Amino acid sequence: MQGFPWWPATASDYASRIDFLFGALLVVALLTAGLVFFLLLYFANKYRHTSTADRSGTTRKTWRFEVSWTAATLLIFVALAVWSASFYLRLYNPPPDALQIFVVGKQWMWKAQHPGGQREINELHVPAGQDVRLVMASQDVIHSFFIPALRIKQDVVPGRYETMWFRADKPGRYHIFCAEYCGTDHAHMGGWLTVMEPRDYAGWLRGQGGQQTLAAQGEELFRRYGCSGCHEPGGTVRAPRLDGVFGSPVPLSDGSVVVADERYVRDSILDPKAQVAAGYQPVMPTFAGQVSEDDLAKLVAYIESIGPKQAGAR
Amino acid sequence: MADEALSFQFATPVQQREAVTLGMWAFLATEVLFFGALIAAYFNYRIWFGAEFVAAAQMTKVVLGTTNTAVLLTSSACMAMAVTSFEAGSRRRPTLWLLATAVLGLAFIAIKGFEYSLEYGEHLVPALNFDLARHGGVAEIFFMFYFCATGLHALHLLIGIALVTWLAIWIGTGRINRGGSTTRLIGLYWHFVDVVWIFLFPLIYLAGRNG
Amino acid sequence: MHAPHRSSYLNAEIGLRSWLLTTDHKRIALLYFAGITFFFAIGGLAATLIRLELITPQGDLGSPDFYNRLFTMHGVIMVWFFLIPSIPATMGNFVIPLMIGARDLAFPRLNLLSWYLYIAGGLITVAALLLGGIDTGWTFYEPYSTFYATGYIILAVFGIFVAGFSSILTGLNFIVTVHKLRAPGMTWYRLPVFVWSTYATSLILVLATPVLAMTLLMLLAERVLHVGIFSPQLGGDPLLFQHMFWFYSHPAVYIMILPSMGVISEVVPVFAGKRLFGYEFVVWCSIAIAAIGFLVWGHHMFVAGQALYASLAFSFLSYLVAVPSAIKVFNWTATLHEGWIRFDAPMLYAFGFIGLFTIGGLTGLFLAALPIDVHVTDTYFVVAHFHYIMVGGAVMGYFAGLHYWWPKITGRCYPEYWARFAAILAFFGFNLTFFPQFILGYLGMPRRYQSYPPEFQIWHVLSSAGASILAVGYALPLFYLFWSILKGARAPANPWNATGLEWSVSSPPPAENFAVTPAVVRPPYQYDQGKPCMQADHG
Repeated sequence: MQGFPWWPATASDYASRIDFLFGALLVVALLTAGLVFFLLLYFANKYRHTSTADRSGTTRKTWRFEVSWTAATLLIFVALAVWSASFYLRLYNPPPDALQIFVVGKQWMWKAQHPGGQREINELHVPAGQDVRLVMASQDVIHSFFIPALRIKQDVVPGRYETMWFRADKPGRYHIFCAEYCGTDHAHMGGWLTVMEPRDYAGWLRGQGGQQTLAAQGEELFRRYGCSGCHEPGGTVRAPRLDGVFGSPVPLSDGSVVVADERYVRDSILDPKAQVAAGYQPVMPTFAGQVSEDDLAKLVAYIESIGPKQAGAR
Repeated sequence: MADEALSFQFATPVQQREAVTLGMWAFLATEVLFFGALIAAYFNYRIWFGAEFVAAAQMTKVVLGTTNTAVLLTSSACMAMAVTSFEAGSRRRPTLWLLATAVLGLAFIAIKGFEYSLEYGEHLVPALNFDLARHGGVAEIFFMFYFCATGLHALHLLIGIALVTWLAIWIGTGRINRGGSTTRLIGLYWHFVDVVWIFLFPLIYLAGRNG
Repeated sequence: MHAPHRSSYLNAEIGLRSWLLTTDHKRIALLYFAGITFFFAIGGLAATLIRLELITPQGDLGSPDFYNRLFTMHGVIMVWFFLIPSIPATMGNFVIPLMIGARDLAFPRLNLLSWYLYIAGGLITVAALLLGGIDTGWTFYEPYSTFYATGYIILAVFGIFVAGFSSILTGLNFIVTVHKLRAPGMTWYRLPVFVWSTYATSLILVLATPVLAMTLLMLLAERVLHVGIFSPQLGGDPLLFQHMFWFYSHPAVYIMILPSMGVISEVVPVFAGKRLFGYEFVVWCSIAIAAIGFLVWGHHMFVAGQALYASLAFSFLSYLVAVPSAIKVFNWTATLHEGWIRFDAPMLYAFGFIGLFTIGGLTGLFLAALPIDVHVTDTYFVVAHFHYIMVGGAVMGYFAGLHYWWPKITGRCYPEYWARFAAILAFFGFNLTFFPQFILGYLGMPRRYQSYPPEFQIWHVLSSAGASILAVGYALPLFYLFWSILKGARAPANPWNATGLEWSVSSPPPAENFAVTPAVVRPPYQYDQGKPCMQADHG
């Protein structure tokens, strides 16, 4: 048995800010609870039925108290709501040029693919001081990727991509847990986040052995699955060209416009009839059931690699 | 002359009447939330899938659906006539109007059954013989809603037909005279089942069919 | 066992048939007490095994599948077969007609039907558990529950579905009763707060439960028929299940706490010998909690993949819903000012409720803060939060009411010092069990884990130690309350010097409640220098 751990490891600047918010809420909670408990005990003692305290009933206008403590509570709670929301909005805007890692959860393991093609199982190595963006998918049921030291988690839902970003500042080894019940070995579906100095991270990347980048593997799949047959010039079927598409707005046949992000690319492969590009026929076959999540990640990486390098491309 | 026996927990017949009426309205409120949840789920998919979902709705039999709507609305009119004539003191007329209501209700069920058989023939019944390759997954979800919603509605309608028939017999044999609430409350239930259909009909049959 | 000296509802008719076919709300309440106690014992047994398992980091008390079935069983039984019916179906059934001066509920036969539906649903679910159980968690998330989980899911879900109708009919009965069966002079603002709380609870029962019914029906359709309503493999949306499930299940937690708050609002004025502070505010706060409670379900889905703006709205509304609860706490505290406070067992439980509910409610503020929730959701922080509310709050309120109305229901007094001891024991046991779990949660210990990293062990050991004390605190009443039925002193009509109509009839009450319909002349909780002014003067 170990000692008394009071506080989780803090691996990022964001994590310390969350701790600060938590601390502030803790102060508010302690003051409120303290006030209530003090009054309860004070009144319980002073006005116990055997006591001779003065009970002449001076308080008649109860509504003054009611309005005061209602207003005070409302003000404090609304202030907390607004403050905490502003924190959250920061989390929701990943900076551009984040290192993008694809994560796939399945019963009962986590797989990660780095852009250079390096693969990990139940481990995630990242460089310190670098924005990292995780694009996550599930192969079966809902899981949740949870890193307590970074104070973040995101449910990983089958059928769609979910994203999460962070910047780890402190090198070390930190727990990864699955935080959404997913069956028998839910408690064993964990791993380790290793944050390394950028130098060491580069060394680790090299040490993984030579392999193609994710995008290059994706290009191979692009040909193998027959995508190039339609989507490259000279194809028999008229299909949209894909270079320069990623990150750009795409007009759809129903008149709306979407930005071609990884969700759009994934959905186009798995359910091409849902969002058809304007001016094209809905003839693309679906690849649902044929392309694995790992392969999808590679294809997305490839499409992204031939997209324009725009700031804010997501 | 109040003929519905005064239950011991009520002080006056008026109180009893008001209580059972409020009870029926509260029950109908639960039904609104019940069907409402299904309709909310339907809207979730209609917005999510968009054109594909609406395209699936084109495979419904709008002629049969519209006929059924007319049948059900007419049955509600008959029900209203039954309640009015009963409260006016008649015994024979409400019995006939109630039987007409029940007959129209059965007609609805028959048309619905015929419609279901057509859909079975066209391989549109999920879990039984839905042709996924030809129609697609989105259409399967649409038809899942179709059968759930119309099936639950039909179940409620069957219960209504049974209640109306029972009421017709009791009024006809003089076992219920006016002064109580039973007839009015069964009327309320029948109208509610009709209202549910009025919501389901455009969602199921008229989606995308606007010109 | 001596026969009661005079006739009461307990001996008005005898024989098993007179109990199983009764339409007397008081007897139905006792039937519910039996069921509630039975299911509490089963849920408690599961909790005991869970806490035993978690003493050590490894999984040693059975396989992972066994543990997963244990926590599922604990949640399903405790939520649907203990907490939701607990106070409304027992004390609500018994006391509400008496409190408003009525002879019974509006629909007594419907009341009996409610009980049979509850028992049927409960037995079906217990059968599913005995046959092998389910391991989906009480939340049945998709697609795990339909396409991946094994076990008797169809049976268990069907049992919950059946029990849901019991909830709906009980709520409907209370709504009509409160609207239409009040005695002359019992205006809305003269109703005891327990009636208002039960009324607010009944609104939720009637409006939210049908959504659960539809959600479970769709779940069953998917599992039985393999159609993809919620499963992405077949084109469905797993988040739709979560929205539908939580649309019911969040209001459901207010079903679980509002009746307890009502009990506290009864107990505190009586044992402070003073009128309730801010009666109008307290009653409208009950209604506000019920109403706003329908608007916050998305706070269970902050990390689920819900849209950002939806999450922001739900966070804001979740902060708002905390306000009426806070107001109630302030009002209860202010009631003590210038009172004549006695520390009988019901009051001790009430103090415990106020303290523990305050802590639980304040930790809700942490959870409503989006970035904090991202860290602590699906961890033991949430487990601690809802146990503070449901056990420290609702169950304490249940015991407060149980002790408060025990003399009225049984005509006997329980041994006061054993009861105070049990209340204090439960309070300390509870805190030792659940406070360490807040720390565990922030440290990152996830929920529903049979085994865990060794650094968490110290907190789990403390928690399990607390659970053993809490178990004694809960077991003790079982013994001394049963003893009191056989040997307890006979209770007078108004042992606590309360003011409500239920205290103007004998203990236990006669079968017809009131020989003459009472005429109500004043609001509840009126005291003149600590002496009660009954709501109806005796003729």
